[in-house]
Amino acid sequence: MKGVVIGAGIVGSLIARELTRYGFDVSIIEKEADIGWGVTKANSGIVHAGYDDEPGTLRAALCAKGNAMYEKLSKELDFKVKRTGSFVVAFNDEELEILKELIKRGETNGVPDLKILDRDDALSMEPHLNPEIKYALYAPTAGVIFPWDVAIAAVENATANGAKLFLNEKVVDIEVKDGRVKKVITDKGEHEADLVINAAGLYGDEIARMAGAEHVPIHPRKGEYIILDNKVSKMVKRVIFPTPSKKSKGILVVPTLTGEVLLGPTAQDLPPEMKDNLSTTAEGLNFVKEKVIKLMPNLPFNKTLKTFAGLRPESPQKDFFIKKSDKVWGFVNVIAIRSPGLTAAPAIAKYVVEKVIEEDMGITLEKNESFNPIRKGITHFADLPPEEWNEIIKKDPKAGKIICFCNKVTEREVIEAIKRGARTLDGIKFRTRAMAGRCQANFCTTRVMRVLARELGVDMSEIMLKSGNSWVVDGKVRR
Amino acid sequence: MRTDVLVIGGGAAGMGAAIAAAKEGVKVTLLEREEKTGGILNQCIHNGFGLHYFKEELTGPEYAERLKKILGEYDIDVVTDSVVKVIKNKKVVTVSCDGVKEIETSSIVFATGAREKPFGALMIPGDRPSGIFTAGVVQKFINIENRLPGKRALILGSGDIGLIMARRLTLEGVEVVGVVERMPYPGGLARNIRQCLEDFDIPLYLSSTVVEVRGKERLEKVVVAKVDEAFNPIPGTEKTFKVDTLVLSAGLLPMVSLVSDFATLNGTSGGLATSNIGQSSVEWLFGAGNSTVVYDLVDYVTIEGERAGKFAALYAKGEKLSEKIPIEPGENVRVLHPRWYSKDDGLTIYTRVSKPIEKAKLVIGNYERTLTNLMPSEMVVLKVPARYLEGFNKLEVSIKEV
Repeated sequence: MKGVVIGAGIVGSLIARELTRYGFDVSIIEKEADIGWGVTKANSGIVHAGYDDEPGTLRAALCAKGNAMYEKLSKELDFKVKRTGSFVVAFNDEELEILKELIKRGETNGVPDLKILDRDDALSMEPHLNPEIKYALYAPTAGVIFPWDVAIAAVENATANGAKLFLNEKVVDIEVKDGRVKKVITDKGEHEADLVINAAGLYGDEIARMAGAEHVPIHPRKGEYIILDNKVSKMVKRVIFPTPSKKSKGILVVPTLTGEVLLGPTAQDLPPEMKDNLSTTAEGLNFVKEKVIKLMPNLPFNKTLKTFAGLRPESPQKDFFIKKSDKVWGFVNVIAIRSPGLTAAPAIAKYVVEKVIEEDMGITLEKNESFNPIRKGITHFADLPPEEWNEIIKKDPKAGKIICFCNKVTEREVIEAIKRGARTLDGIKFRTRAMAGRCQANFCTTRVMRVLARELGVDMSEIMLKSGNSWVVDGKVRR
Repeated sequence: MRTDVLVIGGGAAGMGAAIAAAKEGVKVTLLEREEKTGGILNQCIHNGFGLHYFKEELTGPEYAERLKKILGEYDIDVVTDSVVKVIKNKKVVTVSCDGVKEIETSSIVFATGAREKPFGALMIPGDRPSGIFTAGVVQKFINIENRLPGKRALILGSGDIGLIMARRLTLEGVEVVGVVERMPYPGGLARNIRQCLEDFDIPLYLSSTVVEVRGKERLEKVVVAKVDEAFNPIPGTEKTFKVDTLVLSAGLLPMVSLVSDFATLNGTSGGLATSNIGQSSVEWLFGAGNSTVVYDLVDYVTIEGERAGKFAALYAKGEKLSEKIPIEPGENVRVLHPRWYSKDDGLTIYTRVSKPIEKAKLVIGNYERTLTNLMPSEMVVLKVPARYLEGFNKLEVSIKEV
């Protein structure tokens, strides 16, 4: 069967991989220049423990399950998960009641080892917390990932198992004939389809409309973030949440995989037509600061590396919308994947294939005997023991040539990223962490561009920063 | 591998340090992370370097070349393309195409220079398009890579590099629509304001800042507003510039991440705190150049590099160095270097005032000196004779308005 997955975010990528496990002929279509550059790229990167969501919802069912699945998945796909644990802090007895409520929910959802700590215990574990806190809900199973790592890994594994990836290609129509999906039409061509998976994130409602299928309206909710230098990592060990409100989990403090500390996000609802509004605002960034100071008063904002905004797909009914279309056979919606979508993603992929496709649609799944679940990531040599790194350099001197000084990324890693599909500066950055360090690419932009230009056989002026016409340099100064 | 003095960084400070250390007859190793020595001088093809040190006006590459030539006259092990991964006690782990190596040394001269404050640190709201660069990156594009960064540019920050890039971009045919400075006075040297802006009719917008950058893919426009005394934008004063390039010259930050976990930093400069002989809080670690304090002139960088190199060599030879007494910043002192005084050598004070002062009296120990027309952008450099410093166990530098 021909399966077309629309959207190479974490959800689409993992579904595509799951489909190759059962021998589907899979095409993944993505409008951006790289994998995971929509909702996936700009969110908090947390593997939630799973106590937030109301029991009975798909979100609750898939979150705790997804959390547990990350263990095996990270080994198969060779990406990092750090089980930092998380705190939800309470400043008064009213908030304590909410923590108790969360524990109850967590237990119903199957979240292990939750407990409420008193002030002293919480402060001894996180000494930089506001000393005015009274309690903290501790969830040891919460963790952090780089979401794009997972999407890239899943696509690489899916393509190794036969899937095809089409980047920079935007779906413009879906052809339906006799009540069945036929073709996905893009700005570059057509893809025949027996099965269409709508994992188009913010644009999920528009894609469903193209097919004439059911959908829920989706609007973007903007989240603005601040990132602090990795020297700040000493001050934060766990993900720190305030007591949640009805609308959101609030402004968090997140120790990332590589030590930078992520602060945010805001939650600003935008009208549906603003799905590409990724700009930060003075109000938003100030709001983040204000709220963070309440959680951790001493975080040094003068160590800010950068600020950015992301959009999450919200819908009025709040729960994930994952079902087959009753109007169009072969069309499956996997939309409105709001928080905790990242955590749930591995479970969503399984649910789509085993529940929606096999059970609800009655498609018999046959295991692809040659499916190989293993993918190897790009080795960051600086993480290896010196002797091991040395052996690799002996075989390939480029593994000792440092391109990005801050994050110690070598030329060999950059070349490997290009071999795996990186075509832009951001493509290199998200795959290798080159240009993402303290100097924010000031020392290595030209070094990376030289390698890119050489490996791709193009002039520097043809290199883009990210999607679209985001050129970096103009023509030559002189011939 | 073993050496006596390990110099980290092959720019104007590191080369000076290596030469001075070699003169003391010890084994010297110089590590440079780029393909060749010279540091940031290599991309500074404008002139104005060397008036104090070489007594003639040179371009950056010429200045570097001169030092390189002297370096070559000594038996110094110069290792380029070699990056320091970690400094642990007197052992340094380096990475290069030749492998991961450990170098054991008796002393270190830390001369890693400074980096530019990145765009992200300014927390400017708006989009994140391409076309936003620091001045140093633009300088490297034009002077080293032979590539223009865009067609129409606005410059944020009137530091010297920003001013020099305004001229350079103009000369290469890029339209520079203005330089924006949030302070009420320029950040760069007066001569650069004259030679780089006034001579080319480039407007300077003081007490102004960038409040928004716009552009989905490439930069399309930049919104500038006036700021009040607390540097908050004043609503209604916004002015939009249609540019495809924004060049930042928002200041330099000493690069200290390799030592900041174990050595004391100079809170006034953000650099490695050292004494007048370059010694840090860790006795075997010496520092020089822009990694200690951001200097106005490269000549001072080399002079202080030589001093640190010499004393690092004496330390390596086992000579006992004198106790150092602290030097604290007092009234109106924003930046102060060095932070300790040792009788082993003379004291040169490098300082910046925290605000413009017409007439002032600088006081340290029993020394007083009247100074006029002080600007935060212009470093005050003063040699203080030792006789005025006798009998103190703590010194303070203050600059009193008169």
